[in-house]
Amino acid sequence: MSSSFFYRPRAGGPASAAAAAASNAAAAANKPWIEKYRPKTMDDISSQEQAVAVLKKTMESQNLPHLLFYGPPGTGKTSTILALARDIYGPEMIGSRVLELNASDERGISVIREKVKNFARSTVSHNIGSQNCPPYKIIILDEADSMTADAQSALRRTMETCSKLTRFCLICNYVTRIIEPLASRCAKFRFKPLEEKHSKDRLELICREEDVKISPEAILSLIRISEGDLRKAIMYLQSASRLMGKDAEIGVDVIADIAGTVPEDVIDGLEACWRTRDYKKISNEVSNVVADGHSASKILSQLHMRLLRTETLSSIQKAQVAEVFGDVDKALSDGADEQLQLLNMMTRVSTIAA
Amino acid sequence: MALWVDKHRPNNLDKLDYHADLSAHLKKLCASGDFPHMLVFGPPGSGKKTRVVAILRELFGAGSEKIKIDQRIFETPSKRKLELNIVSSNYHLEVNPSDVGNYDRVVIQDLLKEVAQTQQVDASAQKRFKVVVIHEADLLTRDAQAGLRRTMEKYMGNLRIIMCCNTTSKIIGPIQSRCLLVRVGAPTVPEICKVLQKVVKKEHCGPLPESLALRLAEDSGRNLRRAILMLETAKVQCHPFKDNQEIPRMDWEDFVRQVMHQILKAQNPESLQHVRGMLYELLNHCIDAATILKTLAKELIERVESNELKMRFAQEAAFYEHRLRMGQKAIFHLEAFVAKIMSVYKRHQMSMDH
Repeated sequence: MSSSFFYRPRAGGPASAAAAAASNAAAAANKPWIEKYRPKTMDDISSQEQAVAVLKKTMESQNLPHLLFYGPPGTGKTSTILALARDIYGPEMIGSRVLELNASDERGISVIREKVKNFARSTVSHNIGSQNCPPYKIIILDEADSMTADAQSALRRTMETCSKLTRFCLICNYVTRIIEPLASRCAKFRFKPLEEKHSKDRLELICREEDVKISPEAILSLIRISEGDLRKAIMYLQSASRLMGKDAEIGVDVIADIAGTVPEDVIDGLEACWRTRDYKKISNEVSNVVADGHSASKILSQLHMRLLRTETLSSIQKAQVAEVFGDVDKALSDGADEQLQLLNMMTRVSTIAA
Repeated sequence: MALWVDKHRPNNLDKLDYHADLSAHLKKLCASGDFPHMLVFGPPGSGKKTRVVAILRELFGAGSEKIKIDQRIFETPSKRKLELNIVSSNYHLEVNPSDVGNYDRVVIQDLLKEVAQTQQVDASAQKRFKVVVIHEADLLTRDAQAGLRRTMEKYMGNLRIIMCCNTTSKIIGPIQSRCLLVRVGAPTVPEICKVLQKVVKKEHCGPLPESLALRLAEDSGRNLRRAILMLETAKVQCHPFKDNQEIPRMDWEDFVRQVMHQILKAQNPESLQHVRGMLYELLNHCIDAATILKTLAKELIERVESNELKMRFAQEAAFYEHRLRMGQKAIFHLEAFVAKIMSVYKRHQMSMDH
């Protein structure tokens, strides 16, 4: 009786462990590639040579300044600081030594005053176990440009008084939205859009690992569409491979489809309308484009690319058209009606071009 | 008795009437076991929500249709209580955070974290994740969108987000780069005709003349929901259908047409005063100011002959519509638009006389 009583949990043990392992494996397979292929250590980071080199040097000296990373999305800011933290603390310590706050957490002035200050104040010892830990903690404030100015000013003195115990790392897209006193307390690193070579290496690596068939032109168009944003490129690649399944090869058209770029013939149609000054034709074209669900801002940016290359307009005309584009873009981002704004843009451009 | 629009809504991906290749793609995506975040965009009445419901059914089976409505209370940092209706099943949640206006960030932060931190309870469920559907995502404030960014990556294991919106212009770049963009274009006129015929057949209410179907489809402005609603109204008015049956118009549209006649009849302060009264009448009947302006502009443009005037009117409409969105009090901008149109029209006529 008692033996069966003890036996049962033991039998359940390995079985449930196996089930857990299976579900873990399933979770790993479901992991988005942007997380799966995030660089784990500083050596994994293939681009941003300058920033990485400086950071490595400071790591050796065990003395890190406050950091401010800025640059466009998808250039590896968050990845770099996470890799840096992992290098410094090792996988076990990272949980207790690093506080990561981003825009999805409440980050008003009260949180800065309580949570951040308390974390910043607490002391840590030098070495724990075999891991050689530097005697400071790191607070990562991701997407710091969405913090209010008040919350940012509450940080100012905290950053100085706790600098023995804590290093701050601010990450943002627009350095201008960080108040000057904070920016001057940090070592600034600018993250450039990724170069084509690095993106290409990374994408090809992922394709090899994940067994994705893709044509070389499709990789190039991925890189072009993503404009130096590696996250976007990887995301599109994963969506494309999900859509096409394992066997089919991913072509250029699939990539364009996923990225939501407006097909070239639609843009051709709009450009042809510039030359006519016929309202009816313009309005027909515009309402068709809007009904097809193309986004006006995408149309605008693609037309803008065309504008640069077109040879039929003089420089002055191009400048005037660019001004119109600017107005319309502003209105669109304020939430104005897409159809009216496109009509406005087309009619004004056609008066300039004709 | 349900409206025809709801009654004949297709409930799985195979039954969708148009965009067959999109349906095939979505089906493959659901079958692959892995599923990305999604951003579904397209003009109104193109079938975005229908597709989202169909996707949910494809993912979770019929269980996703057993829905209930709860009222949840959220608390802002300033201790204000917000109430929000949430539609949910065992597998998904639907929210419309823009209902709570400026506090949508709180809803996004609290709700998504809560969902993300609980795993799927039902062990027999095919999918490990829950889906959160966010309606009218283009009305989310920037803060709320920023709050989504990191959440979308961090909790990808348990949570997928499907966003529905009319335009991607107002969705910030970082979110677009984390989602699979799905464009749902409006159905073409022949496609609408086909659907209308199908509905009539299912309702067993006699033959629908081709010409009437065509007129209904054209009048709907490629909006399928509107077309079916118009069909149902037409049936109430006159059944069996006649070839030359009059298509029911909204009475406010007729009223806008009167406003247009008044504007073109006389351009002076008295007339403006008169128009103001009419505009107030429209506003008092809860007709959206932007819709009034757009309809009025359309009527005016159709009425005037000169190509130049049409273009000019379109530009002015775009300008004042933008102001309307930015401003507070609708009547100012509507009246300014009318005054501007009067002045442009009068000037044009005087130049014609000379």
